[in-house]
Amino acid sequence: MTTPSDNLTRRRLLMALPLAGAGVAGVAFWKMLDGMEHGSFNPHDINAPVLDRPVPDFTLAPLPPAEGFTTQNLQQLDKPVLVNFFASWCIPCLAEMPTLMTLKDKLTMWGIAYKDKPENTASFLRHSGNPFTRLGDDHTGRAGIEWGISGVPETFLVGAGGIIRWHTAAPLTDQTINKVLLPLVQRLQTP
Amino acid sequence: MLSPELGHYALALACVLAAAQGLIPLIGASRRDARLMALAPGLAIGQMIALGVSFLSLIYAAVTDDFSVQNIAENSAVSKPLLYKITGVWGNHEGSILLWALILGLCGAAVAAFGRNLPSALRARVIAVLGLVATGFELFCLTTSDPFARIWPAPMDGQGMNPLLQDPGLAFHPPILYTGYVGFAVPFAFAIAALIEGRVDAAWGRWVRPWAVAAWCFLTCGIAMGSWWSYYVLGWGGYWFWDPVENASLIPWLTGTALIHSAIVVEKREALKIWTVLLAIATFSFSLSGTFLVRSGILNSVHAFANDPARGVFILGLLGVVIGGSLALFAYRAPTLTAGGLFAPISREGALVLNNILLCSLCAVVLTGTMYPPFMSLLFDRTISVGKPFFDATTIPLALPLFIFMGFGPMLPWKRAQLWPVLQKLWLAAIVAALACAVAVFELSGLLAILCAAAALWVIAASVTDLAERTRLFRAPVATSIQRARMLPRAIIGTAIAHAGVGITVLGLAAMSQAQHKIVEVPIGTTEQLAGYDWTLKAVKQEPGPNYTAMVATLEVRRNGRLVTVMRPSKRSFNSQNQTTTDVAIHTNMLADLYGVLGDRHGPDTNPTYVLRLHYNPLAPWMWLGALIMAFGGALSLSDRRMRIGAPQRAKPTPASSSVS
Repeated sequence: MTTPSDNLTRRRLLMALPLAGAGVAGVAFWKMLDGMEHGSFNPHDINAPVLDRPVPDFTLAPLPPAEGFTTQNLQQLDKPVLVNFFASWCIPCLAEMPTLMTLKDKLTMWGIAYKDKPENTASFLRHSGNPFTRLGDDHTGRAGIEWGISGVPETFLVGAGGIIRWHTAAPLTDQTINKVLLPLVQRLQTP
Repeated sequence: MLSPELGHYALALACVLAAAQGLIPLIGASRRDARLMALAPGLAIGQMIALGVSFLSLIYAAVTDDFSVQNIAENSAVSKPLLYKITGVWGNHEGSILLWALILGLCGAAVAAFGRNLPSALRARVIAVLGLVATGFELFCLTTSDPFARIWPAPMDGQGMNPLLQDPGLAFHPPILYTGYVGFAVPFAFAIAALIEGRVDAAWGRWVRPWAVAAWCFLTCGIAMGSWWSYYVLGWGGYWFWDPVENASLIPWLTGTALIHSAIVVEKREALKIWTVLLAIATFSFSLSGTFLVRSGILNSVHAFANDPARGVFILGLLGVVIGGSLALFAYRAPTLTAGGLFAPISREGALVLNNILLCSLCAVVLTGTMYPPFMSLLFDRTISVGKPFFDATTIPLALPLFIFMGFGPMLPWKRAQLWPVLQKLWLAAIVAALACAVAVFELSGLLAILCAAAALWVIAASVTDLAERTRLFRAPVATSIQRARMLPRAIIGTAIAHAGVGITVLGLAAMSQAQHKIVEVPIGTTEQLAGYDWTLKAVKQEPGPNYTAMVATLEVRRNGRLVTVMRPSKRSFNSQNQTTTDVAIHTNMLADLYGVLGDRHGPDTNPTYVLRLHYNPLAPWMWLGALIMAFGGALSLSDRRMRIGAPQRAKPTPASSSVS
């Protein structure tokens, strides 16, 4: 048996739930803003955690006929490699492809198909051209989590010894390539 | 005459009037002092006029190129076309906040003008709550985002506007979207007033509904315009990217849609009262937090405004007062409100409850997907992304049952209904849906797309059936049917039209999942094939524009050798901003869009190649057409005599309205 006053207490608790939810969200937002002001939290600049750090441990399924790659492959590098996360469902990735195709002869590129079906990846690369010399399949998105990507396309420049030297979360443009990426590759290759 | 100082003064005056509007009627209502309560309408109208003067002086400064005003110097330029000088006023943070405040002022004045038949205490309280909210935003505008701040020395020319924003579609997008967002302040104010009074009844439901429907119509149009803008300006051939800014407009739309349906239950059955009050608070809270959190830069978005965490703290404080205050009042007063009666699950109100559950689940899913990345990043220092695969997999399974119930919900009678007679009336619609499903299996690929197409046709067919049943079309003589149609309340016709609009939009979405595209890099003279069309790049020329130079391609599209259209996609380089934009060429025959984009130019000058992106988008225009139809349905039901705010109770109800309602 519930008495009317029990009932009212329960109603009171129930009706206070929205306030509690909003309160939690408010505190979290305040922490975020506070972090943004002090530079400890930045939702835009995802460079910070990965830059000049070794590549994370990750596993990728191969996408035959292309050769796959592993953390060890990246650690054994002696010249820079561009690692690009892409997906056939991502329109900016499509828009980026012609640019990557022009870069193909200047820089080695390895691709990671992010949360995509192998047959869709294959038809995507058939239509847009394949700039990648090695390909991995991150069907579950686990490798994406290890690398800490925020979306696709994302591109990492991995230097000798498997150290991440540069990173962007935006589609590559001719301008970024000529002004930022290629000069950096040049510097990394001349010790 | 309209100097920036006058504008600044008018804004400060508006802020003072808003504070008076927020306090005096509230005191008056609690003391039952008719003189104090009677001040409310005058103060609301005065505040609106002051804001109007302020806004006009900002427009005047923009049109006369007064670059001593910092906001104009940063966002305008002499060479900018007149239209964009005017619309550019709300294309930046400071101006858009002023527009926001102006619309809030207009809402207060609208309640003052159209709310004459409301009980005086309720009207005074509603206007007062609007005044309190307005005070906060006008203070925000005055203290942290002053649009009238001067700079000295004034530059000779302004820095110009982001070229992406220089577009007629976007120019009128913010006012419509903001009217939708801010319009939900009125149902919010009604909810707060009801909590203060401690009474929610059927009359309250009747008064709040037209305001919610009006705001919903604007928000629907605003979202559709935003989606259309990203379709033809961003040039990626997509129409919805599940970007935080887009989700920020979708979340209040979902709760707002739930609100306009649950308010019907309050009006007709005096049930779902507490829930409706909560929805009204939630919708406006989501409108506020969506727009403002986007500005603070917490959400990572492609369309973000310039970020300023210091400004964000003020916003957060303001949101805390408005949202936290209203939810605290809710927690304090709602338990004492009398709960509505129970009702049978199979009934009109049962269907509306189901509609609310599904819409709010959808809202929860979108909210989770949007907020998950920053929360993960805060708590576990991990950046993750939530994208289209998540939203497609979670929203469509929730939306499909919503569409199915949308078909027969409006045909169920109130109180206690039986499913079978209603389903019998819908046999034709069921056949249409089954046929659509059969056709879709051959035409579309992907289970969800097939189900969506079938559900869309089911909704359209069921809406048509509903109207046909009510007018006894084909059963009674034509004259009788016409007579019945004329007697039918507009709200009923509006509902059917709005539901059919949803079907049209969903049909467009289902077809768009089959869009085809191709990216090629070709020299001039090449022909490419896509979706049965031959696309030939004929020429690429340089052409000067008013404040840019454009590289314009001539793209001939033929089908079976017959010329379909000549498209001229271009790439514009803006001199003042050192920025380029793509100008998409779209040819539509309403059944499909041919969509061409010109990309970068590569290779030697003697024999250059061009990147071309070609899209074939079936039924693309239907997505936005459906949204317009939804808004039209909403507007039509607003014109229903029963929906008019405080419409006098006419002595004799018309036979039709008494039989159907």
